[in-house]
Amino acid sequence: MNKGFPKIAIASENSVIVYFSERPCAKTSSLIANTSKQLNNNLSNKLIDLVPSYHSLLVIYNASTIDHLTIEKEIHTIVSNASDKELANGKSIELPVYYSLESGPDLRRLAKHTKLTIDEVISIHHQTEYTVYAMGFAPGFAYLGETDSRIAMPRLCTPRTMVPKGAVAIADRQTAIYPSQSPGGWNLIGLCPTTMFDPNQHPSTLVEVGDKVSFKAINRDEFIQLGEKYQLSSIER
Amino acid sequence: MSGFTVVNPGMFSLIQDAGRHGFHNIGITTGGPFDNYSFNWANRLCDNLESAACLEILVGGLVLESNISTQIAITGADAPIKINDKSVDGWRTQNISVGDQISIGYASAGCRSYLAVAGGIQCPQIFGSASTVKREKLGGLHKNGQALMQGDLLPCNTSQVKITRSVAEQYRPQFDGDVAEIRMILGYQQSQFETSQLDRFFTAVYTISQQSDRMGYRLEGPAISTSNNEMLSEGICLGAIQIPADGQPIILLCDRQTIGGYPKIGSVFSQDIAKLAQLMPGRKIRFKAIDIEQAQILLRQSAQ
Repeated sequence: MNKGFPKIAIASENSVIVYFSERPCAKTSSLIANTSKQLNNNLSNKLIDLVPSYHSLLVIYNASTIDHLTIEKEIHTIVSNASDKELANGKSIELPVYYSLESGPDLRRLAKHTKLTIDEVISIHHQTEYTVYAMGFAPGFAYLGETDSRIAMPRLCTPRTMVPKGAVAIADRQTAIYPSQSPGGWNLIGLCPTTMFDPNQHPSTLVEVGDKVSFKAINRDEFIQLGEKYQLSSIER
Repeated sequence: MSGFTVVNPGMFSLIQDAGRHGFHNIGITTGGPFDNYSFNWANRLCDNLESAACLEILVGGLVLESNISTQIAITGADAPIKINDKSVDGWRTQNISVGDQISIGYASAGCRSYLAVAGGIQCPQIFGSASTVKREKLGGLHKNGQALMQGDLLPCNTSQVKITRSVAEQYRPQFDGDVAEIRMILGYQQSQFETSQLDRFFTAVYTISQQSDRMGYRLEGPAISTSNNEMLSEGICLGAIQIPADGQPIILLCDRQTIGGYPKIGSVFSQDIAKLAQLMPGRKIRFKAIDIEQAQILLRQSAQ
């Protein structure tokens, strides 16, 4: 455990937030995943929900069965003994991405911004293995980090009103796949034909916090074989 | 199928049960009743489970036709209720016969009504709940987040119970007053706010903006500045009061996003979220800090 951590603080009358480190990293993510699992095992009947994120875990509890001092003490014990080793059942998955100007309308701008060629941006993006740091924004939306600093780029000034399902995007040093069509302000660089969220499947999301994700470049024909062609023509430029 | 046919869905009527819990880790929000005080009373009047599915009716305009005999209870806003052409009272059970038409007119005070039916609306669940969250396309009759539509059928079971139950006047919410007092618990990020900013926040009167819904209430009033606007996204609890760069507070509610990166000054006490649910855009609020011990005592008292 990092020096001075965990820090536990009151977030509301029935939630506390636990910080595990100053900055996010793969070890912190493993620690958060392990802590979540332990909390679920030991305190499940007193917990309402857990929200893991980059370097923190929000613990929402049933305040009519446990008070904040007791839960803080319990969490402290669990976190102090939690491992920062990767979860034994943690997954590593590889996702296909069709990177191109037609599937990634912000590629050209991103290349210009980063003073790289489009091919360099693409190859840097899929040469990194990412950690799922957090899930949120929409069901199944996984925040993957960290991208190589050479391809970091801030969000669009004006978000698009419609980003297609499967869009692969970059915002600062994060990357993500939009699990369903939604508004969004990230820079679009490609399309992934793999379903990230299906409420009727179990499990409903392909990845969880702490999992590893890497990308593999595919061409137009492979994408059309795997994916849905209509997405190509429906992207807001 | 037996139950109620939706003759007119009204402005915006949603199926809500106790909410979707345990899925924040994959980005799924809770949904659930915005005014859970009125929701709980509606279910209690019908002798339902606490988690039974009800209707949450924004402002009014809802008309249902029953093809069963059962009992209902309507709580929440002050809105005119009619069964066929007869005006009836809220906050008490009403016996319904086959062919009866139930209508809820526009609220004159408060803005959300709750309609419970004996045994609950038999709505399919997704992620353990029937609660409708439009933004996530989850829940509701068709499991896709859609609000009630004309012609929908709300599946309900027949009930022979005819006992009249009602909620005593002193337990019904009051909607009068110019400025509603909203209790809040100061948060862990209060150190990011200078004392002068905290003073400003607690003396201010804020107006609920037009851009307010079940996801969040945006407030308009004195801007609050923070020393730290750059934060890693982290879990957001119900009622969190976040301060974005423009300094205008946003209270995050039932359909909130699960994580976010703005500093939070504190969180609204859950019992006062019910109060917010009944305030339309344009209404005014003021915050009052209470400490966590006080909040937890109040919660335990109300759970008894």
